[in-house]
Amino acid sequence: MKETLGISIEGLSKRYGSGDTAVDALKDVNMTVAPGEVVGLIGPSGSGKSTLLKCLGAVIEPSGGRMTLGDDTIYDHGWKIRDLRALRRDRIGFIFQAPYLIPFLDVTDNVALLPMLAGRANGAARQRAQELLEALDVGHRARAQPSELSGGEQQRVAIARALANQPPVMLADEPTAPLDSQRALAVVRILNDMARQYQTAIIVVTHDEKIIPTFRRIYHIRDGRTYEEAGEGRALD
Amino acid sequence: MISLAGRDILHAWGKYVLTGLGLGLLIGVTLSMAGIYRGMVDDGKALLANSGADLWVVQQDTLGPYAESSSLHDDVYRALLGMPGVARAANATYFTMQVRKTDEGGGETDVRAMVVGFEPGQPGEPGYLVAGRRITRGHYEAVADIKTGFKVGDNIRIRRDDYTVVGLTRRMVSSGGDPMVFIPLKDAQEAQFLKDNDAILNERARTNANPAFNRPGVPGLAEAVEASQTSNRHVNAVLVQVKAGESPEAVAQEIRRWKHLEAHTVEQMEEILVAKLIATSAKQIAMFLVILAVVSAAIVAFIIYTMTLGKIREIAVLKLIGTRNRTIAGMILQQALGLGLIGFVVGKTAATLWAPVFPKYVLLEPGDAARGFAAIMLICAIASTLAIRAALKVDPAEAIGG
Ligand SMILES: Nc1ncnc2c1ncn2[C@@H]1O[C@H](COP(=O)(O)OP(=O)(O)OP(=O)(O)O)[C@@H](O)[C@H]1O
Ligand SMILES: [Mg+2]
Repeated sequence: MKETLGISIEGLSKRYGSGDTAVDALKDVNMTVAPGEVVGLIGPSGSGKSTLLKCLGAVIEPSGGRMTLGDDTIYDHGWKIRDLRALRRDRIGFIFQAPYLIPFLDVTDNVALLPMLAGRANGAARQRAQELLEALDVGHRARAQPSELSGGEQQRVAIARALANQPPVMLADEPTAPLDSQRALAVVRILNDMARQYQTAIIVVTHDEKIIPTFRRIYHIRDGRTYEEAGEGRALD
Repeated sequence: MISLAGRDILHAWGKYVLTGLGLGLLIGVTLSMAGIYRGMVDDGKALLANSGADLWVVQQDTLGPYAESSSLHDDVYRALLGMPGVARAANATYFTMQVRKTDEGGGETDVRAMVVGFEPGQPGEPGYLVAGRRITRGHYEAVADIKTGFKVGDNIRIRRDDYTVVGLTRRMVSSGGDPMVFIPLKDAQEAQFLKDNDAILNERARTNANPAFNRPGVPGLAEAVEASQTSNRHVNAVLVQVKAGESPEAVAQEIRRWKHLEAHTVEQMEEILVAKLIATSAKQIAMFLVILAVVSAAIVAFIIYTMTLGKIREIAVLKLIGTRNRTIAGMILQQALGLGLIGFVVGKTAATLWAPVFPKYVLLEPGDAARGFAAIMLICAIASTLAIRAALKVDPAEAIGG
C-alpha cells in the first residue's frame, strides 16, 4: 500500500463570476482528512459545501489556495495535474444523494466500469466489482438491473462504484438523505468500514441529524469558511 | 471495455427498434423512388434491346418512333436493304391505345398497351416467349406482354378487329411502362390509320364531288384515289440490322446523307429515351430523393438528440468518473449508426417486398442499395453531431449537483 497522507486543504477560495455579480462561495477553507478517516462537513444552505466538493473533485477550478491528495499537490493557485479526468477516475470516489447508477448497465458493470475505464481487462474489473459487492452485502444482486434494486441497495452499489478503483479519497454529498434512519446508519457504518479497510479518506457532506453524531471530527462551514469541531463519535453498533 | 452504446440499446431495445422501423419505412420509400427511376431507365433500355435493331430509321428531323411521332412510306425499307452495310431492314409501327378484352361472361376490360406492328421473322419481332407460340398466321393473331393480364387464347379487340392471343412475353414494355401487344404489320397499319365506315363514305362522297378526281373521260380514277385513301401505306420506323463488323454509326450517316431520313443508333436512342423522354421525371425523383434525405437526416438528428437529452444525468456521471469525451461521442455515434443500420435493413426489406406491387417496373439495383447505405450512414453520422455537441457540453459538476 502506498503511503498516503489523505486530504489536506489550505486557504482554499472560490469565486463564481466576476464584477458586481461575483459570489465568493469559498473564502478560507482549511481541512485535513487522514487516510482511513471519515469526517463530516456540515453547514447551512448556500454555505459552500457543494462548491468545496466540486473543487476537491476537480470539476471546477478553485480561485486560490492549495489542495493535496496523498503525496501530490494537485492545486496550488492553479492545477498541478494535467489529466484531471484520470485524477477523478483513479483517485477520487464520488457518492451522491441519489445513487445515479447507469441504468443501462447491470449492477456488476456499474461498478466494473471504473476499472475498465482505467484500462483493466473486463474479467479482472468484474472480479473486483464482485468482491466489492460482496463486501457491501449486495453480491447476490450482481446480475440485476439498477432499477430492480431498493434505494438502500442502490446506494450500496454506488458506494461500491466509488471504491472500485481504490481511490485514496472519497467524496459523499448527502449520501443518506433519501434513506430512513436505520438505512442511513447502515450506510455510515459501511463508509467507516471501507475507510478502515481501504485506508480511504472520506468527506461526508450532510444535513442529516441521524448521522451527525457518528462523526469523530466535524468541519462546519459557514459563509465560505471552515471551523473544525470534535464530534460525538457515537459507536455505530 | 464494454460497449456503452450496445448496452444502452439493449436496455431499451423495443423503443430503439421501433424507431429504427419508422426510419426504415422512410428509407424504404427512398430506395423505392430510386428503384422507380431505375425501372424507367430499364424499361427504355428493354424496349431498345427487345427490338433487336441496330438502327432506327425514322422521319427526317424527328426523334421517333418512341419520343416523337414519325411517319415513313412502307417501301423505304427496300431502298435501305440496297445500301452497303445493311443486313436486314423491316417496317414497324407503334401506337399506344386502349386494348379491349372480352371475357367469357361478356364483360369487357380495357388495358392501356403499346400495339406494335412487326413483320414475322424480322427485327422488331418479340424475342423470348414465356408461353404460347409465335405468330404464324398473317392476320388477327397477337402476342401480348404478360403485364397486360391477357392469357393465351384470350380474345382481344384492337380498333375494329378481334385478335387471338397466341403467345406471351415478359418485360416488353414501352418507355412509358405500358405493356406491348404485337400484331402483324399489315393489321397494325390498318388499325393505326383505319377509318370507320362513315368516314370512308364521307371521303368517297368528297372524292366523287371533286372534279379533279372524278373526270368523265378517265374511268377508274375515282376508284384508284379511293383505294389509295383507305389503304395505309405508312409505317413509323424501319428497324435496321447492320452487317457483322459494320459500324452502326457509319451506316446511319450514309442513310442520313442519301435517304433524307433520320437514323438513330442504339446509343442515340438511349440518349433520347433516358435524357429526353424521362428527364423531367428523373429530375422530379431526384428532387424527391433530396427532400427524403433531408427529412431522414432531420428525423435521425431529432431522435438521437432527444435520446441523448434523456441521458444527460448519466453522461454527467460518466464524465465525472473519468469517461473520455471520445468514449461518450463514440457511444452516441454508434447509436446513430445502429439506427441507420436497422433503418437500412428494414427499408431494403420493405422496398423489396412492395416493389412488385407497383404498377410500373421498380428496379432495385444492388449498387443503389450500397450507395443508399453509405448515404444513410453518412447522414446518421452528421445527424449525431448535434447530440454529440450537447453531450460534450454537459458539465461533470452537474452530477454533484447544488
Ligand atoms: N455555478 C455557480 N455560479 C454562481 N454562483 C454559484 C454557483 N454555484 C453555487 N453558487 C453560489 O455559491 C454559494 C455556495 O453554493 P453551494 O452550492 O456550494 O452551497 P451548498 O452549501 O452546497 O448549499 P446546499 O446545502 O443548499 O446544497 C451559494 O451562494 C450559491 O448561490
Ligand atoms: Mg449542495
